[in-house]
Amino acid sequence: KEKKKITRELVQTVLARKPKMCSFLEWRDLKIVYKRYASLYFCCAIEDQDNELITLEIIHRYVELLDKYFGSVCELDIIFNFEKAYFILDEFLLGGEVQETSKKNVLKAIEQADLLQESQNEEWGGLSEDIL
Amino acid sequence: MALKMVKGSIDRMFDKNLQDLVRGIRNHKEDEAKYISQCIDEIKQELKQDNIAVKANAVCKLTYALALTWAIFLQRVGYLAASQCFHEGTDVIMLTTNQIRKDLSSPSQYDTGVALTGLSCFVTPDLARDLASDIMTLMSHTKPYIRKKAVLIMYKVFLKYPESLRPAFPRLKEKLEDPDPGVQSAAVNVICELARRNPKNYLSLAPLFFKLMTSSTNNWVLIKIIKLFGALTPLEPRLGKKLIEPLTNLIHSTSAMSLLYECVNTVIAVLISLSSGMPNHSASIQLCVQKLRILIEDSDQNLKYLGLLAMSKILKTHPKSVQSHKDLVLQCLDDKDESIRLRALDLLYGMVSKKNLMEIVKKLMTHVDKAEGTTYRDELLTKIIDICSQSNYQHITNFEWYISILVELTRLEGTRHGHLIAAQMLDVAIRVKAIRKFAVSQMSALLDNAHLVASSTQRNGICEVLYAAAWICGEFSEHLQEPHQTLEAMLRPKVTTLPGHIQAVYVQNVVKLYASILQQQEQAAEAEAAQEVTQLMVERLPQFVQSADLEVQERASCILQLVKHVQKLQAKGVPVAEEVSALFAGELNPVAPKAQKKVPVPEGLDLDAWINEPPSDSESEDEKPKAIFHDEEPRHVRRRQPEEDEEELARRREARKQEQANNPFYIKSSPSPQKRYRDAPGVEHIPVVQIDLSVPLKVPGMPMSDQYVKLEEERRHRQRLEKDKKKKRKKEKDRKGKHRRHSSLPTESDEDIAPAQQVDIVTEEMPENALPSDEEDKDPNDPYRALDIDLDKPLADSEKLPVQKHRNTEVSKSPEKDEVPVVEKKSKKPKKKEKKPKEKEKKKERERKKSSRHKKKKHKKEREEKEKKKAKRKQPEREHEQEEPVQNGAAEEEEEETLPPMSSYRLLAENSFIKMTYDIQASLQKDSQVTVSVILENQSGSFLKNMELSVLDSLNAKMARPEGSSVHAGVPVPFQLPPGVSNEAQFVFTVQSIIMAQKLKGTLSFIAKDDDGATHEKLDFRLHFSCSSYLITTPCYSDAFARLLESGDLSMSSIKVDGISMSFQNLLSKICFYHHFSVVERVDSCASMYSRSIQGHHVCLLLKKGESSVSVDGKCSDPTLLSSLLEEMKATLAQC
Repeated sequence: KEKKKITRELVQTVLARKPKMCSFLEWRDLKIVYKRYASLYFCCAIEDQDNELITLEIIHRYVELLDKYFGSVCELDIIFNFEKAYFILDEFLLGGEVQETSKKNVLKAIEQADLLQESQNEEWGGLSEDIL
Repeated sequence: MALKMVKGSIDRMFDKNLQDLVRGIRNHKEDEAKYISQCIDEIKQELKQDNIAVKANAVCKLTYALALTWAIFLQRVGYLAASQCFHEGTDVIMLTTNQIRKDLSSPSQYDTGVALTGLSCFVTPDLARDLASDIMTLMSHTKPYIRKKAVLIMYKVFLKYPESLRPAFPRLKEKLEDPDPGVQSAAVNVICELARRNPKNYLSLAPLFFKLMTSSTNNWVLIKIIKLFGALTPLEPRLGKKLIEPLTNLIHSTSAMSLLYECVNTVIAVLISLSSGMPNHSASIQLCVQKLRILIEDSDQNLKYLGLLAMSKILKTHPKSVQSHKDLVLQCLDDKDESIRLRALDLLYGMVSKKNLMEIVKKLMTHVDKAEGTTYRDELLTKIIDICSQSNYQHITNFEWYISILVELTRLEGTRHGHLIAAQMLDVAIRVKAIRKFAVSQMSALLDNAHLVASSTQRNGICEVLYAAAWICGEFSEHLQEPHQTLEAMLRPKVTTLPGHIQAVYVQNVVKLYASILQQQEQAAEAEAAQEVTQLMVERLPQFVQSADLEVQERASCILQLVKHVQKLQAKGVPVAEEVSALFAGELNPVAPKAQKKVPVPEGLDLDAWINEPPSDSESEDEKPKAIFHDEEPRHVRRRQPEEDEEELARRREARKQEQANNPFYIKSSPSPQKRYRDAPGVEHIPVVQIDLSVPLKVPGMPMSDQYVKLEEERRHRQRLEKDKKKKRKKEKDRKGKHRRHSSLPTESDEDIAPAQQVDIVTEEMPENALPSDEEDKDPNDPYRALDIDLDKPLADSEKLPVQKHRNTEVSKSPEKDEVPVVEKKSKKPKKKEKKPKEKEKKKERERKKSSRHKKKKHKKEREEKEKKKAKRKQPEREHEQEEPVQNGAAEEEEEETLPPMSSYRLLAENSFIKMTYDIQASLQKDSQVTVSVILENQSGSFLKNMELSVLDSLNAKMARPEGSSVHAGVPVPFQLPPGVSNEAQFVFTVQSIIMAQKLKGTLSFIAKDDDGATHEKLDFRLHFSCSSYLITTPCYSDAFARLLESGDLSMSSIKVDGISMSFQNLLSKICFYHHFSVVERVDSCASMYSRSIQGHHVCLLLKKGESSVSVDGKCSDPTLLSSLLEEMKATLAQC
């Protein structure tokens, strides 16, 4: 519930900003760094001492990853494959820290995990037909 | 409805809760998988219910089941769900500990990775304690992929379970020198985070990090290290000196803005922490400021913003080096981006000096005029006031200028800060004695000027200024040049439209004014004029007596009586002026806002103790009417802060002097030496530049502050000439000035400018024995404080991480890592074996089916195409109807190219007599019925009659026959066909399962009658029920669509078709038409689509067009249905 409230509040403030404005704003005791890609906004909340520019870099890197993975990403991809977007994020960041800076490595890990999941999927599919 | 709810709650009673689920799973050891899939079906049912509690329970169970049975289900999805919905209060987490441990030691690195990732989102103190040692082991895993994740998650573990920090730290430190750069940077990240909170424990690592910094080329890592050093330097100044050089090198060399920014920030932090003894200190500051200037001059708004932000940090310690960039900052005030302008304003606050204050404020004033949007304008207004009033009006050399600025600000429309301006006016007028005369003249002009009163209702903010104006004119009425005129202005009928608290002040100050007028006139022996004034008062005061505001009413009626009394005395010729003005004798002193708090509590006084017995309930009821008055009071007190309890004081003015002696609030502070010096020349001796002011005084309320700027320049020029003579002495002074920087006195060059007026800035009063306030308390709830642990002490035995031991196997701790997977494998193997052979069979079967289907399709396609054209020609009406879904697809955009007309009618069979085309229509009302419309066209010259359609039913699909007829009987066609005529007949089929396409064999028998006689004819056909025909075009909104996808119980599959030349728009239309989909959303060459089957399956599609290919991702509640649909779609797309 709290999460929802925060999301709504941030969406409102970020969307109210004009494209010519800079992408930082102060919010409670955090700083919000956001970036807009076409119709998608990516927001990060960072602490006071954190570097805003590196956060922008992180956002950009994540978008690059999404783009590589989905092939010219758009919001429909993210709505449709939201779990994939989460997986990529998890491979890229862990506990709020960048864990892998190489795009190649992240994508490799994702693809292999995908393969693994698919093989598990088939097992599960086979089983379900047995039961039915 | 009520019934439904009752039913719902009864159902819930029978629902399994999580504990039941766990127990159940344990009891079904042998057929665990089966039991779980049963449960999952139940859970699916629960998920569909409205009740949120049931839903939540179901989700918990589902995640548990998923996590538990990773070998069978999608463990990746399970962890994702867990990370989204688990939080510290979720009791399921307790149950998952063992499962997570099992996953952590899984042989597959991705399983372990997923477990770690999930854990990072929902780790609890308990989990952290139980799993810390497992994660520690993973930190030395052979795969860097795992090591990296394990290292990063340790930070979360430390936060939740601080005891683990000491035992784990040596290994963490090892990882700083890991061969894999990813692991290394992970370790840097963790240690940097730790060190930022409690730097002192990590000082010993500084040499190691220094080595890393000079050797690393990875910017991500460098930034972290540099940030870490920023945290360390305040504790170790020597480190700072060592850092400056490599950092400046980096600043010079790097092209990455983020790194540059971080370096600059750290250099600033280092320089702040260093005492000014550094030799190349100013050089590096200069470098920073230069680089920041480049940032600010950049066209990128983000860099500009950050540049200004960093500037303001430098400003705090090195204001001079920033001040030289004033031009740049002023330029930023013109920026389009409000947040940049605000940053620039912040900077200005610190940049003003005596020299440039007027110039800067002038610039700001022009911005005030230009500014659109009240919020920014209000911000400007407060900033102007802040800048001017900062550190006790330190930078103001000419208070007349300031007053006129304030007066100019009153012309602002719609500001909310009228009270701020008012407060400033009052403050300045009270504390700067020399300015009172000027202030009073300005204020009387304000009072006279109707514009403030006129529209007081609309811009209620600004009329607050009148409050100050009235008070100043009343209190310092001796300075008024034309008191009579002001008095009249204050008694105008329009005044009654002002807010109550302002009227109250008006009333009160009218009397003060009146008193001073009386005195003047009595001195001049103009008894008649004095009586006239009294008469005016008696005439006008009643308008206030009628006020709705109680405060105004009270004061007015009181004063009216007083004036009437005076009138009587005047009539008798008694001199009254002395007595009336005695009412307001004495002077008001400003009291510091904190004074009340600072009064020490006398010994033995307990403020919380009751003085009398607490009143009984009945008494408190009696008190209620009083509350009405109490309600009003706090508001008034708050608004006129500078002369708190003014009313009360006025009444007691007589007794005031005695009171001052023993009242701690009014003890005069011992004046500072500076103040005493300035006090010495009386008000009369203050050299005010009156001659130049004569013009602005007569044009009150007009913008005139500009003239002061000119004046000031002239004055300074004169001073400079004088100064040149005394240069030598000045230099000495300058040097002294530097040492005094911390005091709020003007410093350095500022001292050169002598103020235009000798100004007596009265310090606010404080009680003598004020307590020094230090409220520096640390937040005990800070989660990071728990991690303030000395890491260099050797480990004690008691600090070992708790390690869970297996009950039956007595093994030492080290082989644990290898041992667990072995157990795991054993338990898994049998299951896999069981499945595999079946799996293979299934696959083969499927392949067979596919290939056969393909062959048939190819045959058909050619025929179908011909068929389409014909059907189109003959069925114009129908065509129109069918076009509708196409438009649905095209709704978002104009059609780029015309699409060949489409028909859903396909050829069923054909011979020389008759041609049959058919379409299958489904309807939402009947979840297992479809209607097959068959168009029969007579192609011969014969008359066709007695037509009968018979179909060979399958297990799954049956034709609906008239009641009583046998299972194999045919259904008669209800019409006859003359030559060349066509007609349509409809047949209903019931279908059990709709997840697979199927074909039914059938025969049409009829009698063809021509001139020669009648013949019995037959036509065989195959009815093809495609899965698409079970779908019904259903519109879906994008948010509902997203929710559907989020629910997560859809299975997923995808296809890709190459060699597509058709436009995306037409492609969409085709899919909408032939497969009954509707477009949910479309962005460029990507679209999401939705449809629903008659049995309620949701089908979601994501279509994406590449260069010459189209990929279709599908999600559907039934995987078999989805794959059948995608196959059909592939066939459609292949023709495009």
